[in-house]
Amino acid sequence: MAPVTTERDLRLDLFRGIALWLIFLDHIPSNAVSWITIRNYGFSDATEIFVFISGYTAAFVYGRAMREHGFIVASARVLKRAWQIYIAHVFLFAIYLAEIAYVAHSFSNPLFTEEMGVLDFLQNPDVTIFQALILKFKPVNMDVLPLYIVLLLWFPPMLWLLIRVPSFALAGSALMYALTWWFDWSIPAYPHGVWVFNPFAWQLLFVFGAWCALGGAQRLARWINSPVVIGLAAAYILFAFGIAMTWYFPRLAMFVPHFVSDAIYPIDKPNLDVLRIVHFFSLAVITVWFVPRDWPALRSRFFWPAIVCGQHSLETFCLGVFLAFAGHFVFTEVSNRLLTHVIVSVSGIAIMVAVAALVSWYKRIERKGPGPRPPSIKPGYAGGGA
Amino acid sequence: MMGRVLLSLAFMALAGSAWAEMPGTCQVAEHLIERDFPLPKVTRALAAKQLDILVLGAGSSQLPGPNGVKNAYPARLQAALAELFPGVAVKVTTDVSSRRTADQMVKTLPPALAAAKPALMIWQTGTVDAMQSIDIDQFKAALDRGINIARSAGADVVLINAQYSPRTESMIALGTYAEIMRWVALQQEVPIFDRFSVMKLWADFGTFDLYSATKKLDIAERVHDCIGRLLAGLVVEAAKPDEPHAEGVR
Repeated sequence: MAPVTTERDLRLDLFRGIALWLIFLDHIPSNAVSWITIRNYGFSDATEIFVFISGYTAAFVYGRAMREHGFIVASARVLKRAWQIYIAHVFLFAIYLAEIAYVAHSFSNPLFTEEMGVLDFLQNPDVTIFQALILKFKPVNMDVLPLYIVLLLWFPPMLWLLIRVPSFALAGSALMYALTWWFDWSIPAYPHGVWVFNPFAWQLLFVFGAWCALGGAQRLARWINSPVVIGLAAAYILFAFGIAMTWYFPRLAMFVPHFVSDAIYPIDKPNLDVLRIVHFFSLAVITVWFVPRDWPALRSRFFWPAIVCGQHSLETFCLGVFLAFAGHFVFTEVSNRLLTHVIVSVSGIAIMVAVAALVSWYKRIERKGPGPRPPSIKPGYAGGGA
Repeated sequence: MMGRVLLSLAFMALAGSAWAEMPGTCQVAEHLIERDFPLPKVTRALAAKQLDILVLGAGSSQLPGPNGVKNAYPARLQAALAELFPGVAVKVTTDVSSRRTADQMVKTLPPALAAAKPALMIWQTGTVDAMQSIDIDQFKAALDRGINIARSAGADVVLINAQYSPRTESMIALGTYAEIMRWVALQQEVPIFDRFSVMKLWADFGTFDLYSATKKLDIAERVHDCIGRLLAGLVVEAAKPDEPHAEGVR
């Protein structure tokens, strides 16, 4: 089955860019500005957006490669991408090590004797670093890239199946999700516990994104434009908003009947709770309704900063993780006033945009430049690869 | 943060008389204290003029130094309760040692309960579980088990979640575990002292400088004193003693 459209959907870049900004804001611990991010107003957060759109673009780019150049070439490109992401993850881990070595060296407070025990692993770096290299030891907030690596590793056969029998592939993905919940499948982490984002569960969103890119979106169009679905989606978003408010104003919890709270809690993020998926779908339905594909504003300067970040998502994501470390450093070392939070948040996003623009420019001149390098297959697609 | 600040100011304006004896610095966070579930065993113990409390906890329930025991929150709680109920013999015993997960604490809980025979068990946990990334389901199961053991030994339960520790925030996912404790408390209908939110509010307000690198104990002692007082307030509000207690003692 061929995708019906060939032009890149700028909405994907726009919303992935925004998701990357939100992830950055959420990753700075205790950031006051993170009050604006969507995780505070419903069940799902920017991770869902990021994973779904990544699946969509991966299918868009590598699906074309698979049809034009065959399974082997496309798989090789997917694996190369996974390798790049692995390198990026290890690089971020090195920065993390530097940060906590600094804290271990410079901070002491009798109030937090117990908490400082978390730095004990610096005493046997051989084990820790090895466990980090095999992706079992993952510091707080460094769980998205390992998830992404695993999703890409099994993407080639999945993509092959998606191109031939898309409905079957999607059903298989849903079955794996269901079995994961049934049998408690997970990937062990070091020193205890399991992966924060369970790939067996989160693959559903990635594969669903890929399925949409390969023609599924057209098939769903009739449904997602129906007033009934839009109404249901809006109602669900309002419901989730109401529940979310009880997290901040515990007294409101009195208005939530017991059977409702028994049914919804706990909302399982590691295994991608159904409540989260439905919330994400609802948001997507409403968004698609408000923002048509050919909306002229998508080409305006106003949305360009988010779009350029979304087009260079790996670079922007890694930079965001680094900037979140740096931002937390500023809060603890320099100032923790509200104004500092605003300045750190805004300048962090500005740096992400600037670097994404630089990467974009660099990729452009690389393609144009003389020399033995052949031009990239499709300008504009390679950069936003996955 | 702005939302919290405004909310706190609103609640401060509504603060009840039971809190009149509290130093203003502690009081900032009082609206965060959950006290909707009753403590019937404590109510009875207060009527019988003898209240025994067991504090079960890990490293953040103690302070270092020669005066550590005297200044840590369990002793401050005993002092605050004794002040509120002059006619009641209040005794707080502790089963505290550092680096213990909830599961490890539960294992030695029955003998500790048998020795102390408390009307109330105050259970501080969650930090070590977060540091070791203990499986969420296992953590939750350990909490349920501990609460049930205490109840069948005839004690009410109050939970205390992790401290808010800004310096190590990017290394320990404390928030997740603090949240699970809120959820378990709600399910089991036990009051929770949300130490995480309380201390976060203190940090946001600048009530206490939780960022400073210091070897001195003064801030740590004041934090523990506030926790002890707020805990006493929670116990009083939740137990709803029949006789009036000494309100407004300074």
